[in-house]
Amino acid sequence: MVPADLHYTKDHEWVRVDGDTATIGVTDFAAHQLGDVVFVDLPATGRTIEQFATFGVVESVKAVSDLYAPVSGEVVAVNGDLASQPELVNSDPFGKGWMIRVRVSDSAQVDGLLDAAAYEHLTAEA
Amino acid sequence: MSDAEEGAAASSDQLHETALIDIHRALGGRLIEFGGWLMPVQYTGILDEHRAVRERAGLFDLSHMGELFVEGDDAGDALAAALITDPRTLAVGRAQYSMIVAPDGGVIDDLIVYRLGTHRFLVVANASNAPVVSEELARRISGWRAILDDRSLATSLVAIQGPLAAGILAQLTDIDLAALRYYAIAEGHVAAIPALVARTGYTGEDGFEVFVDWERGPEIWEALVALGKSADVIACGLGARDTLRLEAGMPLYGNELDRQTNPFDAGLGRVVKLEKPGDFVGRDALERVARDGPTKRLVGMIITGRGIARHGYPVDAGEQRTGVVTSGTHSPTLGKPIAMAYVAPGDGEPGTILNVEIREQPVSAEVVPLPFYKRER
Repeated sequence: MVPADLHYTKDHEWVRVDGDTATIGVTDFAAHQLGDVVFVDLPATGRTIEQFATFGVVESVKAVSDLYAPVSGEVVAVNGDLASQPELVNSDPFGKGWMIRVRVSDSAQVDGLLDAAAYEHLTAEA
Repeated sequence: MSDAEEGAAASSDQLHETALIDIHRALGGRLIEFGGWLMPVQYTGILDEHRAVRERAGLFDLSHMGELFVEGDDAGDALAAALITDPRTLAVGRAQYSMIVAPDGGVIDDLIVYRLGTHRFLVVANASNAPVVSEELARRISGWRAILDDRSLATSLVAIQGPLAAGILAQLTDIDLAALRYYAIAEGHVAAIPALVARTGYTGEDGFEVFVDWERGPEIWEALVALGKSADVIACGLGARDTLRLEAGMPLYGNELDRQTNPFDAGLGRVVKLEKPGDFVGRDALERVARDGPTKRLVGMIITGRGIARHGYPVDAGEQRTGVVTSGTHSPTLGKPIAMAYVAPGDGEPGTILNVEIREQPVSAEVVPLPFYKRER
């Protein structure tokens, strides 16, 4: 079960919208597929990211994966804990494993994302 | 998130499956294609499995490896002419690291040669190369009184690796493991099953490789699992095997070794026995390399900047391209990114600072001596 209050991309990122702020991370499905996460490369605060464009990289022992932005906006916070504890992505992907927070430039973009039911349907097929 | 995993997720039914495939599935192993085989890349997680081998012991299904038995009055001479080493110098029951090279000195495969008897040898080849090695070796020994028996698809190979391996295996075998030295092999029984037990491995730890008839593989595995359970011995996949061998500075065919690479390039010139009597395939080319020096140098690197170097990433000395990363990962033991790379011979001294291009950004790396990890004895 994935959190019902989030929106999802088909590339396994999640986004939690709170007013004009959006918190972004990857799903437990993604974390499991990756295996042990050992490195996360995220944009600095002040950078802008574009919906569905890559905004960073997550690396497990064996694999390198691009991260795709669920929404466009300016990065206002980065989870600094991931620099020293990248394993938080595996242990708590929807919580302490969050990656960045952005100021959303177009809140209507969220409407084009998957809701929890649609995302679960997607991963059930995978 | 989009995945760029090295081994492709497998669905093809044209792949070989080992006799242990049902066990891997029951353990929840993630199966990938590797060298024409459907193999587990990980079970619980690469970091867990890696640590198990360093601290306790881990079990590996290596049945995808090629087992080539060479037998006959001329078996030693035939192998000496076919390979870069001299298996005739091996005592019965001992093993050597070897290679089969093309006439131009390029590596066809790296091998372990075990001497099972005066006129009987076992050559173990990498899974992806086993068919080529089998064919090429058969051709090269065809003029000698020796025959090659390719038992790759008739042999299961289970390895137990790690500091607890000897204590666990000793309870299951009639072979005196205390007398079995590193790079030695003995014939006997494991769990009452006829087996060849070798003290060899690819992890940098003490450990054993157990060769049995194909259909007995699962029994050996289950017997080791049962005995190892209380010591928290776990199943390990190809992912951990790769991080373990990389920390131990051991080359992987397809990464550090290929047809465009000779043994001297890989820093393995000592393996080439140019002084052995008689001709062997590749001798002329390798004598030239020994005289003139190799054109590239295999180095170890610790990435001091941010990022993980991966296979294929370019390596620069200052602004100048000097080489390419052959293997790279996060080292579970050191807790930092490590890599092996080919660089220009002049850029390979330990202490040299190089740049790895990670996603078009130069990231600082320091050349260090290999191996990255050496066990305490």
